[in-house]
Amino acid sequence: MNGVIAIYIFMLAAFTGYEVISRVPVILHTPLMSGSNFVHGIVLVGAMVALFNAHGLLELSIGFVGVILAAGNAVGGYVVTERMLEMFKSSNKKAPAGGHH
Amino acid sequence: MSTINSGLAAGIVQTAYILVAALFIMGLKRMSSPSTARGGILWAGMGMVIATLVTYLLGDFNLNLALVIVATAIGGGFAWWTGKRVAMTDMPQMIALYNGMGGGAAAAIAAVELYRGPTESPVFGSLAVLGGLIGAVSFSGSGIAFGKLQGLIKKSFRFGGQQFVNMLILAIAVILGVLLATGINTSAPVVTGFFVLALVLGVTMTLPIGGADMPVVISLYNALTGLAVAFEGFVLQNAAMIIAGMVVGSAGTLLTQLMAKAMNRSLGNVLFSGFGDTAGAATGTVSGSMKSIEASDAGVMMAYAQKVIIVPGYGMAVGQAQHKVWELAQLLQNNSVTVKFAIHPVAGRMPGHMNVLLAEAGVPYDIISDLEEINAEFETADVALIIGANDVVNPVARNDKSSPIYGMPILNADKAKNVIVIKRGQGQGFSGIENALFFLDNTRMLYGDAQGAVNQLIQAVKSSG
Repeated sequence: MNGVIAIYIFMLAAFTGYEVISRVPVILHTPLMSGSNFVHGIVLVGAMVALFNAHGLLELSIGFVGVILAAGNAVGGYVVTERMLEMFKSSNKKAPAGGHH
Repeated sequence: MSTINSGLAAGIVQTAYILVAALFIMGLKRMSSPSTARGGILWAGMGMVIATLVTYLLGDFNLNLALVIVATAIGGGFAWWTGKRVAMTDMPQMIALYNGMGGGAAAAIAAVELYRGPTESPVFGSLAVLGGLIGAVSFSGSGIAFGKLQGLIKKSFRFGGQQFVNMLILAIAVILGVLLATGINTSAPVVTGFFVLALVLGVTMTLPIGGADMPVVISLYNALTGLAVAFEGFVLQNAAMIIAGMVVGSAGTLLTQLMAKAMNRSLGNVLFSGFGDTAGAATGTVSGSMKSIEASDAGVMMAYAQKVIIVPGYGMAVGQAQHKVWELAQLLQNNSVTVKFAIHPVAGRMPGHMNVLLAEAGVPYDIISDLEEINAEFETADVALIIGANDVVNPVARNDKSSPIYGMPILNADKAKNVIVIKRGQGQGFSGIENALFFLDNTRMLYGDAQGAVNQLIQAVKSSG
């Protein structure tokens, strides 16, 4: 992709993020911060590519650490967000039967 | 090269990334309402699984592929194990930890690119350097934030000229970054120096910030990691990373502003001044005396009330009293008392944290109100029950210009006919500011830890019925 297209993507994604978040009630701010934390866990695919293309001990080592960190971001972000959101329920409807962890 | 035709593989990956980006955005959108939020994270999770699986198509059957699999298992396993076990009260620091890992990964991508030698063009170089700098700062800064909230780092380190030192570190890092981005000098020592300085900067920037401001800092680092991921996404020509990173970058920035506003702090204020510096002011303006009450009397008062508003604070969570509080609320509901929960935006350790803790106890979200919804209702409440909250109900914020919390929006608990405050002792709040609410004529203090005091209230309500 060339630079101009990239700038368009940067700009549109920025507006999207702002619009999506601006309607979120305060009660969901913590799960949402956690959820957005999970979304940037997509860095995992970048870290994987970096390690695929790494040569020599130095690049391999840094790439290896990078994938560990990125996988931690993605998996940890998902697990804690899911745990928090699982608990939100209304008094109008019965909660789905039992927690299971 | 690739396990299958590399052109075909790249095509599949690019197409899948479009779907992934859509799943992320729709997932975040669904997280904007409590009833669809759970589905939102599932959608986003599905996106992540697709993204990871298709990316394996880009690998060859060699050592690198094996390393990727092993590293994914180590990082993912560690995060799964810790994430499943962490207590809800400790959520903020775990978010900081996982976020820092993401920043570190972005920095690692930049490091691999930069150690390899000059980048394709100064544009690629600049974005690689910028993403590396931001990612590394977010990595070490989030680590410090984790340490502070976890209680591993107890002190806020401040010394004269701290800002100057930080600026100096940043300036040298930027100079090295320019050398790398322009290709003037891309030798390994320059790369190493650049990353070491960035890591040190994250530490020195975060150490002086007090615990009360940490949520804002965590949120800021979350936004920064998003930006770092987007920049490294450009370097790798990876649209999914650019879109997801940028969405988080802007959403996180907005979230950070909202939090800072709720705490009546500007972002600059949080980053460049310590909250502890202002503590101890405005103690002379509070007059009157604190009047205590027995749990039995407080219980009767609530049992025969029309409406009770419960204001929980972090003290409730520390005492693990949220389950007991919900039991008390249900008892009152059975006595046909209207019970509502009033949540201040910064109750708990970050906005929304208290809602998570109440949800854990089983409190339905539709009897939980935020500050704007509930403030007018305090006048019609017979009892406002304050459990482990302090600064967020301090009327000083409304009228004492000399107070450090002046101007912060507060819950109008003092407007209720009766105020009962459950408190461990006579000490001051997190910020060290005397609370005028405790000295009002309609306020009674119920001394004890949150769990024990609420237990006594439950017994009192039971025996009064």
